[in-house]
Amino acid sequence: MTDAGDLQNQIKNFTINFGPQHPAAHGVLRLVLEMDGEVVERADPHIGLLHRGTEKLIEYKTYLQALPYFDRLDYVSPMCQEHAYALAVEKLLGIEAPPRAQYIRVLFAEITRVLNHLLAVPAMAMDTGAITPFFWYFEEREKLLEFHERVSGARFHAAYFRPGGVHQDMPEGLCDDIMGFTEQFPQKIDDLEELLSDNRIFKERTVDIGIINAKDAMDWGLSGPMLRGSGIAWDLRKAQPYDAYAAMEFDIPIGKHGDSWDRYLVRIEEMRQSIKIIRQAIEKMPLGPVVVNNHKVTPPKRAEMKHSMEALIHHFKLYTEGYHVPAGETYTAVEAPKGEFGVYLVSDGTNRPYRCKLRAPSFAFLQATDFMCKGLMLADLVATIGSMDIVFGEIDR
Amino acid sequence: MAETLLQSGEMVAAAIPGVVIDNSIRNGEAIVTVKRESIVPVLTKLRDDPALRFEVLLDISGVDYPDRPERFEVVYQLLSLRNNKRVRVKLATDEATPVPSVTGVYSSAGWYEREAWDLYGIFFSDHPDLRRLLTDYGFEGHPMRKDFPLTGYVEVRYDEEQRRVVYEPVKLKQEFRSFDFLSPWEGMNNILPGDEKAGEAKK
Repeated sequence: MTDAGDLQNQIKNFTINFGPQHPAAHGVLRLVLEMDGEVVERADPHIGLLHRGTEKLIEYKTYLQALPYFDRLDYVSPMCQEHAYALAVEKLLGIEAPPRAQYIRVLFAEITRVLNHLLAVPAMAMDTGAITPFFWYFEEREKLLEFHERVSGARFHAAYFRPGGVHQDMPEGLCDDIMGFTEQFPQKIDDLEELLSDNRIFKERTVDIGIINAKDAMDWGLSGPMLRGSGIAWDLRKAQPYDAYAAMEFDIPIGKHGDSWDRYLVRIEEMRQSIKIIRQAIEKMPLGPVVVNNHKVTPPKRAEMKHSMEALIHHFKLYTEGYHVPAGETYTAVEAPKGEFGVYLVSDGTNRPYRCKLRAPSFAFLQATDFMCKGLMLADLVATIGSMDIVFGEIDR
Repeated sequence: MAETLLQSGEMVAAAIPGVVIDNSIRNGEAIVTVKRESIVPVLTKLRDDPALRFEVLLDISGVDYPDRPERFEVVYQLLSLRNNKRVRVKLATDEATPVPSVTGVYSSAGWYEREAWDLYGIFFSDHPDLRRLLTDYGFEGHPMRKDFPLTGYVEVRYDEEQRRVVYEPVKLKQEFRSFDFLSPWEGMNNILPGDEKAGEAKK
């Protein structure tokens, strides 16, 4: 019936399902790929498999009860997201955290940044076939998580940054231990670079793969290392400094080509800069209170509650009704490890947020997958997604 | 400082007459409210004008105000890297009226508009691919609307006998409790729960 020429014409692109349970899919990503042989013609990410309705839930919680949801968005860098929310609520309330709280927040935001990059870089290495960094650097992550635990009681879901400051002052000796960590950690970054930066296989898999130029990066709404990898020196910590970042000295690493390799190098250098900021934050940290002394917003001390009726009432009111935030709206963003994490908070004057839209950096990254991966081989798509550093907790919300 | 914040709205108003409804500053942030039909030329102007250069569209979010005649607000967050400035552009719409899609101006708008369609049912005209984004395949309704219950309408479980996932109406072990937190101390204008018939007994 049909001759060879007709058969040739019948060969079509085929569609494959990548994920949702693929180890290189970084969680629950489902990619529907249209393949021409081994070449990706079209990538259609299907997201929402981890959708928990965080924004809806927040509308039914008081301002303080909404805070722990932020740890569960990007679960590899919890404290940075709390930071955005705390700053947004503070802006609406018209209060400012005391200096010591600001330094503690900067300190832990940077620890979280190292924590994030210590997952992002080895996970990217694993996507390209190197498993050793993943094992080695989970040990370092564990050390950092111990700092989280010592300051807040929880390894991940810290709920430590609160509107008005931080929950508690740091325990004694923690600063010294963090200082000790910053002394030995640069050697570990060197080790990581030794494993990857001169690794021929890793370079072959990442150099000139997944390129996005500066103009396209802005058009697709990229931020963080994705934007800096494309050569734009944009960092909210420098451009719109919040908390104590204005007092910190650090450099912004940028890439030249906008490929996966540059994004890897940017993250490596950011870790070194973070260590620099951590040391400065500890050295410059002033003494004093760690939350604002306004008991309409922050709870009174327990000792005070033993003899002061008013303190008891404040405590009761805060943990039942919560505080009322004046009507208004704000978009407050921080430089989370992945990029710009923003909170668009609308208040109607009650004790619950009227609307809380979360702007997640990796949402924009994943959207650009189709643009960045068109014409790449399937294996290079995996490397590119690895270099994006996406986490589904914040994409699906 | 105040003049420079208002500048973006003023420049848009000067370039395209009659589109800017409101141009204000709240909490130190610039907000420009525009007419729905003109969102594409407004954002194009904001992106391309050499003095403005809002190259990045960070976010599009819907907000639901059921009491308003046009219940939805669509909020665009723009950022200029060159001038280190932000501006928020707003417009109003309702369930039936489509909003022109801005995917032609900013590529990043694609998913943000899909998300607003999915969660609020705000329809964007000329969107190349307006499918649901975050909710389940075959989901019905728009969950972020204020009249959509927090618990939703259906729940899923795996059925051993049918060997597939089945959808069933939500069964709550405990009735959903929405506490009225608003303090009775600050103006007692509503009836206390359970006290509705207090007046009737006396009659």
